[in-house]
Amino acid sequence: MNSPVPEKFAGTSASRSTQVLGAVAIVGLALVTFLGLAATGEDQDQKNYYRIMYVHVPSAWLAYTCFGICALASAMYLYKKTQWWDLVAGASAEIGVLFTGLALATGMLWGKVTWGAYWRWDARLTFTALMFVMFLGYVTMRRMPAPFEVRAKRAAITGLIGVVNVPIVHFSVNWWRTLHQQATVLRPDTDVKIDGLMLFTLLLSFAVFHVLYVWLMIHRFRLGYLEDQVESHGLERAIAERQAEARGPVPVGAGQGSGQ
Amino acid sequence: MAPVVWLRSAVSVLGRFPALAGVTLDASPGEIVLVQGPNGAGKSTLLRACAGLVPVVRGEAIVLGIDLVADRLPVRREVAYVGHASGLYDEMTVADNVTFWSRAAGLSRDISAASVMASMAIAARLADVPVGKLSAGQKRRVSLALAMSRGSMLWLLDEPHAGLDADGRDLFDAAVRHAARELGVCVMLASHELERAESLADRTITLVGGTVHAAPAAENAPAPQVGAVEPQVTHVG
Amino acid sequence: MWGDAALVAAKDLRLELRSRVVTNQIAPVAVVVLMLFGFGLDADVGVLQKVTPGLYWVTVLLMALLAIGRSVDAEATAGARDMLRLSGLDPAAIFLGKAAALVAQLLVLEAMLLMGVSLFFHATIKGYVLVFVAGLLGTVGLASIGTLYGALTGGTDSKQTLLPLLFLPAVAPVLLGAVRAFEGAFGTNPHPDDGWPWVRLLGVVAIVYTAVGTLAYGPLLEGSDPA
Repeated sequence: MNSPVPEKFAGTSASRSTQVLGAVAIVGLALVTFLGLAATGEDQDQKNYYRIMYVHVPSAWLAYTCFGICALASAMYLYKKTQWWDLVAGASAEIGVLFTGLALATGMLWGKVTWGAYWRWDARLTFTALMFVMFLGYVTMRRMPAPFEVRAKRAAITGLIGVVNVPIVHFSVNWWRTLHQQATVLRPDTDVKIDGLMLFTLLLSFAVFHVLYVWLMIHRFRLGYLEDQVESHGLERAIAERQAEARGPVPVGAGQGSGQ
Repeated sequence: MAPVVWLRSAVSVLGRFPALAGVTLDASPGEIVLVQGPNGAGKSTLLRACAGLVPVVRGEAIVLGIDLVADRLPVRREVAYVGHASGLYDEMTVADNVTFWSRAAGLSRDISAASVMASMAIAARLADVPVGKLSAGQKRRVSLALAMSRGSMLWLLDEPHAGLDADGRDLFDAAVRHAARELGVCVMLASHELERAESLADRTITLVGGTVHAAPAAENAPAPQVGAVEPQVTHVG
Repeated sequence: MWGDAALVAAKDLRLELRSRVVTNQIAPVAVVVLMLFGFGLDADVGVLQKVTPGLYWVTVLLMALLAIGRSVDAEATAGARDMLRLSGLDPAAIFLGKAAALVAQLLVLEAMLLMGVSLFFHATIKGYVLVFVAGLLGTVGLASIGTLYGALTGGTDSKQTLLPLLFLPAVAPVLLGAVRAFEGAFGTNPHPDDGWPWVRLLGVVAIVYTAVGTLAYGPLLEGSDPA
């Protein structure tokens, strides 16, 4: 980030690395789309409906990745107290909202076509919904106006509390739902037999989604950095303005004080 | 003598607003310093920054031998601060409030609520009255009495005269003078009531737009040693 | 430190005793909520009996939100947050004291609610020990999580909406565990277990969040400063 920004990237949060990553992600997504929609065969039970798993499963995993990075960055912020870690935590959480939302939406769609209902109280879907709300809470917390150190510390602690929250909620919801083994059949994500090309496509999708994650992270991180810069430049200007206002009203020749 | 308060170009921010935009001042033990200035000048923020409630983000600030920029938490127990809010729980009685806050400050159980109340001539019959029923002036007396009983060497008082009647002011002024002259306490107070306050103060600092205007004396004092002051207020319990 | 915690707890309880917010304001709301459930479920006693544990704990959760808000507000109105920071009290002690006071207040509320559900929903308790243990552990969990998030949001402007957003997902496990346990205790249990396994979950939550709160409360007191 300290290297000089080439002319064509000035004014954006793009750079050589994001261009490369972006290109890789686009190619990857195209490949996954082709493989997912066309090249891989139908599933025995679910026919073509299972294909949504190529989006749903990686999204869900990525939600965990986002959470993990956010928690790690929160801990590192508390340890090192550098702005860098705070920005990473915030960026990861925002992206986490995105992917958790995507996992939730695709999960509900999948449920609609296989169970006939958008919602069913199964462990995974329920937990995903709760995780979505927890991410939202964290992101909302970050937006509360406060001096930088106060906000960063508060957010870091909230993020770390998540390390405790998430496993407990996950475990509780799982335990709860295993008591309610449905007599009826289909569990969308477990009943798909994943063979050769399907497995490859799924793994490829994992990889591509993670590339996408990194691409988004870089952009969001830079935006966050620039936002903080604006704020602190704003501070410089505000200080200068305030000092000028202080000197202003004193009449000339009345013996100005030592200022600061 | 090493200054109790030593600030050089200190900047404090409230949200995005630089309430203190570069303050340089000193205050020595036994001095009574008046901080005056128009509304919005940053007087309250200055006192709060010295109390360690508000971070100092630029410049240098050493209070009672503690570097506020590095870690402002330890200074809090060492100072006596009275702000705009009373800091008293309205539903609890005067005696309960005094007892709670004295114990919270770690003062030994020997200091009785009665003696604290007596220091500002708070009538004994008010001891069992809920604070919410007191007048503003009476609440002020309680807040001031509590602050003065802490045994601190730096008093930071924001509009201490506000709401006090003539007797209250006399009592307060006498207590401040006694503390400064006999005990070497440094008192910094912010006040609008210039005449009254100026007669009490040894010197006046004018704060405008978050910076100091016209603060004579001792500006070239060397930085006090950090950690040179032993904590005065010992915590019990 | 324990002395300080007791001091803070005593202070919060004394405040409650004098102002009687929990007994005079929150408890009546709880009773009304129970009645509203009755209206909403068409006073079908069979249904009501079956869902009593769930309705009970949802009501407790909502009332806990009110009580936590009150606990935080009490400090805010007095300008006491600053004074607490200045007092030199160990923040861990402040946390434990406030959480303990909250537990006491919630237990009183829950006792009233138990009487309420017996009355309105014809609920009968078969396992008193289970009710007591699960109720206690669940309440400790709620109080710890609530005091923690209360401090987190207490200095902010939108605490009324931010607190539930953070609090409710975090207490979902308490709700799950406590309701399952109560189902065992009330004999309305559709599952094979008698409710005791869930007490372990409640215990874990109580211990974990008490520990977290003790560690995290200090930095959280440094909220946004009032101007």
